[in-house]
Amino acid sequence: MRAALAIVRKDLRIEWRTRETATTLAVLGVLLVTVLAFAHDPEPEAAPLLVPAVVWSAMVFTGLLGVERGFLVEREQDCLAGLRGAPIDPTALYLAKLVVNVLLLGATHAVVVPLSGLFLHVELWSVLPALALVLFLGTLGFAAVATLFAFVTVRLRTRQVMLPLLVLPLLMPLLIAAVKATEAVLGGTLAVAGEALGVLVAFDVIFVTAGALLFPAMIND
Amino acid sequence: MEAWLGLVGCAALAAAVVVALLVAPAAVGESVAQRILYLHAPSAFAAYGCIAVVAIASAVYLWKRSAAADRLAVAAAEVGVLMCTLVLVTGSIWGRARWGAWWTPDPRLTLTLILWAIYLSYVLLRAFGGDDEEIAPYAAVLGIVGVLAIPAIRVSARLMKGMHPSVLAPREGGSGLTDPSMRLAFWGGTVALLLVAACLVLLRARLERIERQASALRRLADAAEGA
Amino acid sequence: MAAALEARAIAHDFGGRPVLRGIDLTVGAGETVALLGPNGAGKSTLLRILALLLGPRSGTVTVQGHDGRAARAEALRQLGYLGHESACYPDLTARENLAFYGELFGVRDAGRIDDLLAWTGLADAADRPLRTCSRGMVQRVGLARALLHRPSVVLLDEPFTGLDPAASDALEQWLRALRAEGCAVLAAVHDVARAAALATCVVVLHGGRLAWTSPGPVPDAAALAERYRAATERLG
Repeated sequence: MRAALAIVRKDLRIEWRTRETATTLAVLGVLLVTVLAFAHDPEPEAAPLLVPAVVWSAMVFTGLLGVERGFLVEREQDCLAGLRGAPIDPTALYLAKLVVNVLLLGATHAVVVPLSGLFLHVELWSVLPALALVLFLGTLGFAAVATLFAFVTVRLRTRQVMLPLLVLPLLMPLLIAAVKATEAVLGGTLAVAGEALGVLVAFDVIFVTAGALLFPAMIND
Repeated sequence: MEAWLGLVGCAALAAAVVVALLVAPAAVGESVAQRILYLHAPSAFAAYGCIAVVAIASAVYLWKRSAAADRLAVAAAEVGVLMCTLVLVTGSIWGRARWGAWWTPDPRLTLTLILWAIYLSYVLLRAFGGDDEEIAPYAAVLGIVGVLAIPAIRVSARLMKGMHPSVLAPREGGSGLTDPSMRLAFWGGTVALLLVAACLVLLRARLERIERQASALRRLADAAEGA
Repeated sequence: MAAALEARAIAHDFGGRPVLRGIDLTVGAGETVALLGPNGAGKSTLLRILALLLGPRSGTVTVQGHDGRAARAEALRQLGYLGHESACYPDLTARENLAFYGELFGVRDAGRIDDLLAWTGLADAADRPLRTCSRGMVQRVGLARALLHRPSVVLLDEPFTGLDPAASDALEQWLRALRAEGCAVLAAVHDVARAAALATCVVVLHGGRLAWTSPGPVPDAAALAERYRAATERLG
């Protein structure tokens, strides 16, 4: 646990110093929202219906790139060997990277989501707590899967296409549920969100647990 | 072993097709397209069977590092993708004939589509992941995780349907098969396709073993030449 | 007395191409073993296996009596490994890198980092991000990182590569100091003269096998070069 915290602090310190990932992801998020909003060019009354799709599409793009970037930090100078040579539980490494990715993607949401609201004429303040919950649950599940498989693809020549290829099918149930839950929250029908939130929670529990348990067996070669 | 499985499976499949097309009476209120069910449902059973084999073999591999389990997982994944493709194509044709749409977000079709995508990505990872022994543990994790996703897929696929107008009448499975010859075609077809799938998996696993031996020998020869 | 580092029947292959075939190797406390061999002989692979970063297809690694598989964490505490790259983060300073690894290894002694920085001559550059430092300095930070937790077995993969003569001489002095402290050192080196000057024992790896093991120190560089040539030609 202490090791996990040390890794999280280390990553955040690097990120704070370079601001590389957070900045590029935020700008990318802005561009994606712009493109998606303009591509649809909706009537004003139909615009709010687009918000869930825009938010989660942007999430997929920025998330995949962000998670991969987080591993390039360990690639340079073969730092992964340094971590693997330390007497720590591999699960701590997985959980630390998971936390860092959730934080980074959370920071991206903080830019993307208000901007989507602005472009698509939706007032988000009134539903902020519920929306934040949905975003958190969706992001956690996304990061749980993407973090696990980023360890796989970081060693491949074809990693840029392999990461989305591996994780997007697995993430489909999560994305369906996240979009439905976001729709329900924005429509003010929290009761409808119940089942979708259930899927999100179940997905998070299953994949965080699976990641933590399978990760040691996976990298121990 | 594989040869017998294949022979018996193909013979059973042929028999099931004959029963399905010629013997079984038309289902009440259904067109002739309904008969595709006798291929559609069995291939779904075979697909899910293959996927179960991938997951179990992957777990055994991670646990015991058994190369045989790894080869079995590779083989079952490929055949599983093939069977899933069959399910999707037959389902799509049936859907077109019955509801006029090639694709409907029916929960079971969605589940099959997502599983198809997951195990296709497994096959691609094996194909482009480089060295077999190096990629095997990672692929094994994917093989296991794919099955863990099934509950979430099932529930979320229902969410999707909830948002669409229901174009689906409740689909009848075996229970709607009133005539004994219908049941014979259905279950006979299932057994036949399971046998064929098992045969393909075993053949593919054997091919995988031979391929790995061949590439090991080739590299050995290269190394001897280079030294 | 059990050897500090003991490898038994190590075999490994990459995709069926054998890289190591049945390596037996022991390094005792206070010994410095130089690992010589042509490019592609499997030196780096062997060192990564000994550092417990790569699981061999067969064979066992024991570090101070701890089995590399069954007691990996205990074994890792005794191991210091420096590969071709420093395993230090370019965007952190030397001090931050060492503090980070100190946390991972549970090094509580706060003075240890200052000592190492002073010992490797990094005290002045300790608070600059490594990205702004020279290759030689990064290499020294990597060495300090590998030694931080006072390992009793030190594995170095071509530590002299990329260092200027002054830095190389300094590194040689540090390796001698480690030996004096009773560390077991195994270093892959290219430079036969350096191996002759430094090692208490020389092993030559060729074609995935140990082609020659010196009975003791080989201080005569010319003789060692001759031996090395003979060993690497014989199997070819």
